[in-house]
Amino acid sequence: MTVTRCRTGLTIFAMMLSLSIAGCAATMVDTQVSDPWEGFNRSMYRFNFYFDKYLFLPVVSGYEFITPTFFQERISSFYNNLGEVRNLTNSLFQLKGKEFVATLGRFVTNSTLGLGGLFDPASRFGLERHDEDFGKTLGYWGAGSGPYLVLPIFGPSSLRDAGGLAVDTGISYGIYTAIDPFGNTGDGFAIDAGVVTLEAIDARHQQSFRYYESGYPFEYYIVRFFYHNKRELESGKPPPAE
Amino acid sequence: MMYLRLLFISCLVLLPAPSLAADDGYGYPIPGSYEATILGTPASLMPEFPADMRTRQLVLDVIPDRKRPKIFFYDEGLRCTFAHQEQKAPLVFLIAGAGSSDRAPKLLSMMKALYQAGFHVIALPSPSNANFIISASQSSIPGDLAEDAADLYRVMETAWKQVEGDIEVSSFHLCGISLGASQAAFVAKLDEERRVFTFRKVLMINPPVSLYSSATRIEELLKQIPGGPRKQGIFFNRMLARFSQFYRYGNFVAINDDFLYAIYTERLFSKEETAGLIGLTYRISLAGMIFSSDVMTNSGYVVPKNRVLRTTDSLFDYFLVSTHLSFFDYVNEYFYPYFQQRRPGLTKQALIDSQSLRSIEAYLKSSAKFGVMTNENDFILTRAELDYLRQLFGERAKIYPRGGHLGNLEYKDNLAYMVDFFKQ
Repeated sequence: MTVTRCRTGLTIFAMMLSLSIAGCAATMVDTQVSDPWEGFNRSMYRFNFYFDKYLFLPVVSGYEFITPTFFQERISSFYNNLGEVRNLTNSLFQLKGKEFVATLGRFVTNSTLGLGGLFDPASRFGLERHDEDFGKTLGYWGAGSGPYLVLPIFGPSSLRDAGGLAVDTGISYGIYTAIDPFGNTGDGFAIDAGVVTLEAIDARHQQSFRYYESGYPFEYYIVRFFYHNKRELESGKPPPAE
Repeated sequence: MMYLRLLFISCLVLLPAPSLAADDGYGYPIPGSYEATILGTPASLMPEFPADMRTRQLVLDVIPDRKRPKIFFYDEGLRCTFAHQEQKAPLVFLIAGAGSSDRAPKLLSMMKALYQAGFHVIALPSPSNANFIISASQSSIPGDLAEDAADLYRVMETAWKQVEGDIEVSSFHLCGISLGASQAAFVAKLDEERRVFTFRKVLMINPPVSLYSSATRIEELLKQIPGGPRKQGIFFNRMLARFSQFYRYGNFVAINDDFLYAIYTERLFSKEETAGLIGLTYRISLAGMIFSSDVMTNSGYVVPKNRVLRTTDSLFDYFLVSTHLSFFDYVNEYFYPYFQQRRPGLTKQALIDSQSLRSIEAYLKSSAKFGVMTNENDFILTRAELDYLRQLFGERAKIYPRGGHLGNLEYKDNLAYMVDFFKQ
């Protein structure tokens, strides 16, 4: 359940970097992003590059090679639908009523009409997806982002968002064990491991960001800038109603 | 000049296209030069591209035993993209615009259009792209058209060697955009002596006539912001704040197409501000070029001489310094001294003059293989330079009424013209 989170966080960089915007970030980053652990972060950034290169991406390419596109889309759709649980809990935590209802509508529609989430008819009915997570919830209630943090495998984050990720993971894990869908199959553990692995592969498959792909020597700062500002924007409290 | 799409704008913006078009039979909708440059072509006005393209990434070892500083550990060779047909077909080399890689979106669209029309394609990064400076430039000092052309030629030979066993090629073509267009002209000239490819046709898209003059015009965009280039940081913060406010008060779900479209229709940024943002992205791109070159040559221009940067070292101060360097700083303090040392007696004016299409105009005029495609309102050209292109290429120049700098490149008519040019 957890890896999908990095998809949201990274989407914008993927878009930006692939558009080879070396970012208009340059000169303002200093005033915006606190990064006291840059040395550690840069090490992690590099670790992620190698992890991708030698393990993650080869596995993802293998998956893309053997799985027909139609099934890839169904798998993505399935996991995205499970991710709605996180969107749902967090829109609740933020007391966003309309959003909660829309997300609930999406989840119910896609789980039923969408055959357990394999399809996404809700979007066609005009129910928009609202990505939420506990990091945004914390931000919404006024918590600052804290220092920038590059997590192993998950990628760019912040102290606050890393905490949020832990909470979201905990909640998902709690729900999953409570339901325990494969508990009485006898091979519960193996199946669970498979479900989680496939989720990770699908998350990377959906994420087009590649470390160092831009070749731009200051890519680290551009990514940091986009991550930070996108999160700040999206977790911001809405203005009071006029 | 491919680094033009900013934080808030992407090529995915969907415009209600025809409503904006002036009545001149040309359907590209965005009238302003700066807006067109940033927004590019709305997705609905691009041609339909093939869903699948047989491509493969080439990582070329262009200069064997190349020594790469630790800080560039991720750079393992020059990355090019290769799209190939199953049957015998002509091959087109594409040269990216200033600072861009082989994966730049506009280059990718050109690649798809050509692939769809039955061409093999090899897309190359710009010699001013960091990857090229690190892995393929002999001197690692970009900006000299003749030397960059020689580097590009070596890259093309290396790439061709790597793929020639896999495909059948009937003829070779060459195409460059922006700075890459001027380089294409010099590559073609070099090819007349070397004759490895004997290019059949060469298309230059939105070329500068003189690099110095065009760079000057781009630098001038930054002068339009309050306080001039030195205040670019403050300027950017103000733009970002406005952007954030707009998002916050607009009830947008995410930073997506709707949001970007709204920015355009609501005229969030004035003409001067749009120009300033273009100037700024150009500076940021230039910073990457200068820093990479400086580290590769150990010149001590930005990074102190002989300092070995480790992969965990902060580069932030270098980032700040580099983004505040102008094109003129680069020429006066780095580029010209380097050439002066190698060619005693070389004047700065002579060096500047050699970075221009005028220096090879006799060749360009006489060779029927050339074609030019550009726009009436491309801000990198002066009126006189545009007239010069008209007069030099005559019938072979295709000049569209609008589109800014490369903004209309992905428009279906433009891509069709490009494909057609190589088919004739």
